[in-house]
Amino acid sequence: MSASARNLTIAFFALLAFAAVSPMLFQGVRFPQWLEIVIGGLMSGVLYSLVALGLVLIFKASGVFNFAQGAMVLFAALTLVKLMDHMPLVAALAVTLVVMVALAWLVERLVLRPLVNQEGIVLFMATLGVAYFLNGFGQIVWGADVFTLDVGMPKEPKILLDKMFEGGILVSMEDVVAALIAALLVASLAIFFQKTSTGRALRAVADDHQAAQSIGIPLNRIWVIVWSVAGMVALVAGVVWGSKLGVQFSLQQVALKALPVVILGGFTSIPGAIVGGLLIGLGEKLSEVYLGPLFGGGIENWFAYVLALVFLLFRPEGLFGEKIIDRV
Amino acid sequence: MKHAWRIKAAAVALAAVGGLAMAADALAQAKEIFVPVLVYRTGPYAPNGVPWADGFVDYLKLVNERDGGINGVKIAYEECETGYATDRGVECYERLKSKKPVAFSPLSTGITYALTEKAPGDHIVLITAGYGRADSVDGSVFRWNFPMMGTYWDGADILVQHVKKKGNLKGKKIALVYHDSPYGKEPIPVLEALSKKEGFKLMLLPVTHPGVEQKATWLQIRQQRPDYVFLWGWGVMNSTAIKEAIAVAYPRLQMYGVWWSGAEPDVVPAEQAAKGYNALALAHSAENDRPIHAEMMKFLYDKGKGTASDKKEVGQVLYNRGMLSAILTVESIRTAMKKYGNKVMTGDQVRWGAEHLNIDANRIKQLGVAGMMVPFHTSCSDHGGAHSARIHTWDGEHWSYTSDMYTADYKLLRPMVEASALKYAKEKGITPVDCSKEK
Repeated sequence: MSASARNLTIAFFALLAFAAVSPMLFQGVRFPQWLEIVIGGLMSGVLYSLVALGLVLIFKASGVFNFAQGAMVLFAALTLVKLMDHMPLVAALAVTLVVMVALAWLVERLVLRPLVNQEGIVLFMATLGVAYFLNGFGQIVWGADVFTLDVGMPKEPKILLDKMFEGGILVSMEDVVAALIAALLVASLAIFFQKTSTGRALRAVADDHQAAQSIGIPLNRIWVIVWSVAGMVALVAGVVWGSKLGVQFSLQQVALKALPVVILGGFTSIPGAIVGGLLIGLGEKLSEVYLGPLFGGGIENWFAYVLALVFLLFRPEGLFGEKIIDRV
Repeated sequence: MKHAWRIKAAAVALAAVGGLAMAADALAQAKEIFVPVLVYRTGPYAPNGVPWADGFVDYLKLVNERDGGINGVKIAYEECETGYATDRGVECYERLKSKKPVAFSPLSTGITYALTEKAPGDHIVLITAGYGRADSVDGSVFRWNFPMMGTYWDGADILVQHVKKKGNLKGKKIALVYHDSPYGKEPIPVLEALSKKEGFKLMLLPVTHPGVEQKATWLQIRQQRPDYVFLWGWGVMNSTAIKEAIAVAYPRLQMYGVWWSGAEPDVVPAEQAAKGYNALALAHSAENDRPIHAEMMKFLYDKGKGTASDKKEVGQVLYNRGMLSAILTVESIRTAMKKYGNKVMTGDQVRWGAEHLNIDANRIKQLGVAGMMVPFHTSCSDHGGAHSARIHTWDGEHWSYTSDMYTADYKLLRPMVEASALKYAKEKGITPVDCSKEK
């Protein structure tokens, strides 16, 4: 990173930090109230990261921006919840995982293989098609109802430090469990990418399809693996989101929140997906609560994109993304 | 050469078949009354849209099956999927209007707003039972809109009447958590007027489509601690709101939904969190034991002709509301026939019928919906016909009424309705008709 870019990044974060604490400085907001919003924002951010992880995985390994990740989350959650009518949770999870691997194989055979070495935009459009297909197909097979997914996540919130602050600080235990699951997932993925030969092969394919093929890395198998891993991530996200919101069509809309997350964090970085998620979650909740009233409310959806766009202006590759320099 | 001849012959044959199909269609149109059904069976609002559509379509089917149509004239209907999107709703309207429909029920306030400008030119009635523009009660300006059963302004006033019964509202705080759309914004003018009159503070908290992200909203509710929360949601926004309420430990007993936030798809996904949740119920709730329901079973479901995939849906809140909307459409046509004869009606004739509806207690009983409607009388000055609602509460398994019937206060609302309608008339260059001269 050049010195000027570094300075701009530092200035951006300093400004962000100042904006975050400004409600306490200028609006007379008390610390516990502010902290509650911060915790809520960070917890939401963790959930966005879960979807963003799937996007990053596929982009990292295949250079494809997988628009279907949200649809995969919905598809995995729907499959799981319907299977749970007939079998216990653990068995349903296992069968859903098999279904997601089968889906990965089908995507590779029917969509990606015919498009090897095509432009990125072509592959992106193909994933758009996969997304619409999964949405429609999922609704035909399972209907459009809201299904309840009970995997034992705690629903009651905890009030912390109620002796120190009036009313205490509310923390959603469901979000805390989700954050722990996300942390476990990230740790597993980091080990997979860094320490296994398959992980290293995935990274090689990400750098150059043709070069990877020329040294004997089986591209098709790698793609099946990476889509399967993304399917597994989608399943985890589907379980967490589905338990929170019910399994329903809107789950894939939540997945759109992963877009500003990867823009901010970088398309190729797993830590970027996490940090980006936290920043977006924090930014949108603070903005909605403290800036929202100035705009008539309802700003959190677009504010996340504004935050990502501003960041793009001086760091197009995102916070942890790889800088790509093409010779022309 | 031979090939070109074959292509020409095929084209001529195709044109002939197309022409024949169009002629057959036109012939059928001449004998049937066409009622389009705008629905959303897919997308984020489908869980709520499906039962409404099933109830609406089932009633049209029932009239055809049981009575052979309306006074012998069969009803033709066609569904068009809007996905609760205004653009798609307008697209459906434009596509279906060539079939000479007499009345549309858009099931969306946003679509209603868009069609309000089109319907007068096309002479098509808009029946918006329990939704739509509240000021369209004033038929002197809104000649083609019929916000029957109750408007959102009625709903807002009735909710305030209800919570006022629990204690003086002066100095209290009421939060409106609303779908950030024309539907959700509709009650705001009335709640603002009432906040001045009653002395309560109004908090406005919009939730963007589709309403699955509400954490920030409910954290504000936790911090501001309003005395009551009015929920003006739709689709998945409702169950999410109920879940978020438990996540911030807000008491469900202090939450009140409008009638589109108080049906089975709103409370069932929220599980135990929904127990004790209250909502407006118009005049009906989840009655499933009325004569109309028995007829639905006898004429449709026992013969495998019902629309709902599961017959347990018959009698659910939104199924009943769709069915009642269809009843109002059919009764408007029937009323028109009393004046114009038992034949296929035009839009103008059905408009007259909708404006002269008189559904008394006896007729309600004949229709098989006793206890689900209040006596109903529309006129040029009141296109709503009824302005009553009551509260029902979810006990974890069933809805039950927990208040008496309230009637909206038209001493407060009527001047607001007229002022808003007049403003619309000025903007659009409409000259209001003199209702005293309308027959």
